[in-house]
Amino acid sequence: MTNAATPSVTAAGTSPVPAGSGERRKRHGQRHEQLTLLLMVAPFLVPFALVTILPMLSSVVLSLFSYDMLSMPSFQGLDNYLRMFLFDNVFLIAMKNTLVLAAITGPVGFFLAYILAWLINEYSPLKRSLLSFLFYSPALAGNVYFIWQILFSGDSYGFINGFLLQIGLIAEPIQWFRDQRYSLLIVMVVQLWLSMGITFLANIAGLQSINPVYYEAGAIDGIRNRWQELWYITLPSMKGILLFGAVMQIQATFSISYVATVLTGFPSVNYTTHTIVTHLIDVGTVRYEMGYASAISVMLFVVMAFIRVLVGKLINMTGR
Amino acid sequence: MVQQVKRYTRSRYGNFLLTVLLLVAGAFTTLPMLYSIMTSFKPIDELMIFPPRFFVQRPVITNYTELPILLSNLWVPFSRYAFNSLSISILTTILHVLVASMAAFVFAKTPLKGRKLIFTIIQFSLLYNAFTLVIPQYILFAKLGVINTYMAYILPFIPSALGVFLMKQYMDDNIPDSLIEASRIDGAGFFTTFWRIILPIVKPAWLTLSLFMFRDLWSLPQTGMIFNEELKTLPNVMSQIVYGGIARAGNVMAATVLMMIPPILVYLLAQANIIQTMSSAGIKE
Repeated sequence: MTNAATPSVTAAGTSPVPAGSGERRKRHGQRHEQLTLLLMVAPFLVPFALVTILPMLSSVVLSLFSYDMLSMPSFQGLDNYLRMFLFDNVFLIAMKNTLVLAAITGPVGFFLAYILAWLINEYSPLKRSLLSFLFYSPALAGNVYFIWQILFSGDSYGFINGFLLQIGLIAEPIQWFRDQRYSLLIVMVVQLWLSMGITFLANIAGLQSINPVYYEAGAIDGIRNRWQELWYITLPSMKGILLFGAVMQIQATFSISYVATVLTGFPSVNYTTHTIVTHLIDVGTVRYEMGYASAISVMLFVVMAFIRVLVGKLINMTGR
Repeated sequence: MVQQVKRYTRSRYGNFLLTVLLLVAGAFTTLPMLYSIMTSFKPIDELMIFPPRFFVQRPVITNYTELPILLSNLWVPFSRYAFNSLSISILTTILHVLVASMAAFVFAKTPLKGRKLIFTIIQFSLLYNAFTLVIPQYILFAKLGVINTYMAYILPFIPSALGVFLMKQYMDDNIPDSLIEASRIDGAGFFTTFWRIILPIVKPAWLTLSLFMFRDLWSLPQTGMIFNEELKTLPNVMSQIVYGGIARAGNVMAATVLMMIPPILVYLLAQANIIQTMSSAGIKE
């Protein structure tokens, strides 16, 4: 490894070796250096290719086939994609649910994570860390969303039912997780509750790293209230953090499945909380229709990538 | 720390409105947490009371002390689940932090050809997590023979794009190029530079990566890639207790409260470092 530094001395012309050889040794040194660097990224890059890149590429290819993991794949053209939209009603329901979940919990969670971080930022450091811990705790605590099962329990001992019965708003307990009118709504509430995660932490950090000089300059330039300050100074100074938060939010909302399944069962009543990822798992690991599952994956990748680009454009518009 | 001064862009009306908002949001996030702690101390007659009360009247610890008895009925001994969870979480976290830091260093500070392109791909892949990739991964893992082994837990997490991304951004902002040059002039190779000089000074970032990774693994839900009960982890035990309904609510919450202690401890230890790291998390386009 140490000989990487020597070729420059040789190439300086002090050695009796012909010029061409120095060049060759220099090139050799560079090649050696590139090899070292490749070896350093390999422990990450090889598994990364295995668990992310290859699966994505292979699902594009497999989406054109019918494949049950036992017999040979047979080519189907775009049939899998047609099937999704023409013959699979459950897919359409799952797509609708996912989009509704993403369209509501995505932006609401994103703004909540921003606004709370922004509010906390005005407090003293000690209060700030305490409050950020409190807000972050649901996301931190992992499996604590079981509490919602108890809060929304279907009998009169559930806290919400008990409360509503007591004040006379309902006459009999509601089966929250089985009732089509409420189950998706509850999944949204729980998802929002869990969404004060990494986005929130990034926002807190981003807000703290804005140089206060900008605010002083802004005040001189005629910024009158905190809303103008937010729009013209704070938001544009942390576009990168905002985009990061948005990406994390898209990632989280489009992969909702497990929480919904735990709360409302699998399959949920009339597929009320069936999401794309739930459907993927159903088609892939229960029915072993890998070609079709791959096509659904590809569809999901495309939708997510599209929304990611759209959000990137929106964030660039802050401060105008 | 930057001293927060009362700025004249603040109106009293706005302050009031925002404080109300903070209180509402605060209640929404903390009350369920508080309720779970309350429930874990409720005796059975308080769980089965109508109307249900938020606060516990006569706190007991039976929900906690009953756990060992409840868990002794499991088909696979509880210690096995605990061992699985602990070893998977700790081992994977360490591997991930090392692998991700080394790769991040190469992407941030060395002349590897094509590093910008690779990093762009990694940055874009932040969009997709283990859940959205579950089916293509399943097919590939089946081919690799990884299904139903510990590797099915570990492999998807070691190359977490988030870790490399955060680490690389942190290095970009916090490690001067001159430091690398100085080390290179002293004759150190890139690996030595990374190991001796870089790794010790990016401690805030690796603490952050550790927290995120540990948290994810500790609460990792059942995946479709593990069938063998002996290979399953603690969240599985949790879901087994949950099926007991309200009568078991006290036990479930006792178990939940115990389960949340490790990630909370890690967070509290690393808090300041996490904020420091996250300030570099922006995606530059």
